Amino acid sequence: MNSVETKDVHLYYGDFHALKGITMAMRKNQVTAFIGPSGCGKSTYLRCFNRMNDLIDGVKIEGDILIDGVDIYKTNIQVDDLRKHVGMVFQKPNPFPKSIFENVAYGLRVNGTKDKQFIEERVERSLQQAALWDEVKDKLKKSAFELSGGQQQRLCIARALAIEPSVLLMDEPASALDPLSTAKIEELIHQLKENYTIVIVTHNMQQAGRVSDHTAFFYLGELVEYAKTKTIFTNPKDQRTQNYITGRFG
Amino acid sequence: MAFGTPSPSHKSKKLSQSIAFFVFRLLSFSVVAILLVILGFILVQGISVISWEFLTQMPREGMTEGGILPAIVGTLWLVVGSMLFAFPIGVLSGIYINEYAKDSWLKRFVKLMTNNLAGVPSIVFGLFGMTLFVNQLGFGDSILAGSLTLGLLALPVVIRTTEEALKSIDNSFRVGSLALGATKWQTTSRVVLPMAFPNIITGLILSIGRVSGETAPILFTVAAYFLPKLPNSIFDQVMALPYHLYVISTSGTNIEASRAMAYGTAFVLIVIVLLVNLLANWLRRYYGKKVKMN
Repeated sequence: MNSVETKDVHLYYGDFHALKGITMAMRKNQVTAFIGPSGCGKSTYLRCFNRMNDLIDGVKIEGDILIDGVDIYKTNIQVDDLRKHVGMVFQKPNPFPKSIFENVAYGLRVNGTKDKQFIEERVERSLQQAALWDEVKDKLKKSAFELSGGQQQRLCIARALAIEPSVLLMDEPASALDPLSTAKIEELIHQLKENYTIVIVTHNMQQAGRVSDHTAFFYLGELVEYAKTKTIFTNPKDQRTQNYITGRFG
Repeated sequence: MAFGTPSPSHKSKKLSQSIAFFVFRLLSFSVVAILLVILGFILVQGISVISWEFLTQMPREGMTEGGILPAIVGTLWLVVGSMLFAFPIGVLSGIYINEYAKDSWLKRFVKLMTNNLAGVPSIVFGLFGMTLFVNQLGFGDSILAGSLTLGLLALPVVIRTTEEALKSIDNSFRVGSLALGATKWQTTSRVVLPMAFPNIITGLILSIGRVSGETAPILFTVAAYFLPKLPNSIFDQVMALPYHLYVISTSGTNIEASRAMAYGTAFVLIVIVLLVNLLANWLRRYYGKKVKMN
């Protein structure tokens, strides 16, 4: 079953044609990795799925993007509803200047949840899912800024999970972290795909190889090749993919 | 030349660095020194008249005796009144300009006008306030007219400080909040504003300092030459410290006799401004800590 499906998506930043007709589908409860050199459009494409590109002036998007069967650019779609359904983790950990507890509860609160007990349970569960609970359970009231970078990133993952999205977008989630923290995040991705559809943008090809089921290679705004991760890394069909994964450009 | 032995060029480099740092240090200390000299001068000249009586009594004997209570009270009224006007409008405008307005010619125009407003001489504000508030709107010479005029003067400062405080908040916090399904207003009120609050507060309080020392805007809108009673409503006239200082230094009944009173008044005015600035500092630290904890 497909969780995210796009048909002939074009995106323009003013005159610049950043995405050139991308058609692909991402399967439910699988990890799909986007790879490609800087500026190839992979992050831009990812940001279409929760309409974060709406925040940039002068962006024009054409084509269809369906999430769990719903066209998310239709006029009757509420962007905040969509973003509850499609969570996102960013490159740089960006916890709010609030306590650890309040960071995770934030998404629930802004979406109108008031039930204290429910919030407490959900915060605990989300922190457990993000493999952070044991490290922070005794200091939930402490500032999130007291955590290490890797812990902060897992807190941001917990924060995204708390509102129970069905799709989780990760934009280079480990690129600002040390190797140990990176390993933890990767392990986490493995566990999370049981319950979530994950789309991850990464610059690190080994990481794509380790965490993903399918890999898409982007180049100059085009989707060059999309296949099982194993196939992409062992037997790519396109010469450009071959060149990229063997390090001839990037 | 072997590594480890100082070369002649090294010596001259070190010398020029020492000279440069000496000059910088001298200049920055001289700024502090000027401030201390001013404060010291006023303190020495004015301290003799500072007493409980000076702070709590009406002026007497053609303002050569008694105290400056009505001027202190008047200045407090004007500060509070002008801030009630300038804070909400200024802060909300700053939020609008930085968080909501799209980058367009209109936004640039509003910003340009705000900057221009900040550059308008304060006497012009005074004349404007007299025309609009005192005459056209019929408030007469009153706390209301004076407060509105002072508020207008403080407005660009408040807008600019709010704007700058918001601008310094990294965009990743906004994006992170929006990505969780928060609306723009939730993002602004729950994440951005609390983070910017310490800096906004500082700006606001510094503008209080500015307003409490202004003379020209209150000259034609509220300030009384001599009015030995406290105001009952916002439609009353009041005395104010800066204007009182001007009066007893230049056009009092007996300038020589009130010389010490003038320094005393200046001293009180400066102490009020300094206290307000200390409060600003304390609030910024207090909220700076609190924001991180919550």
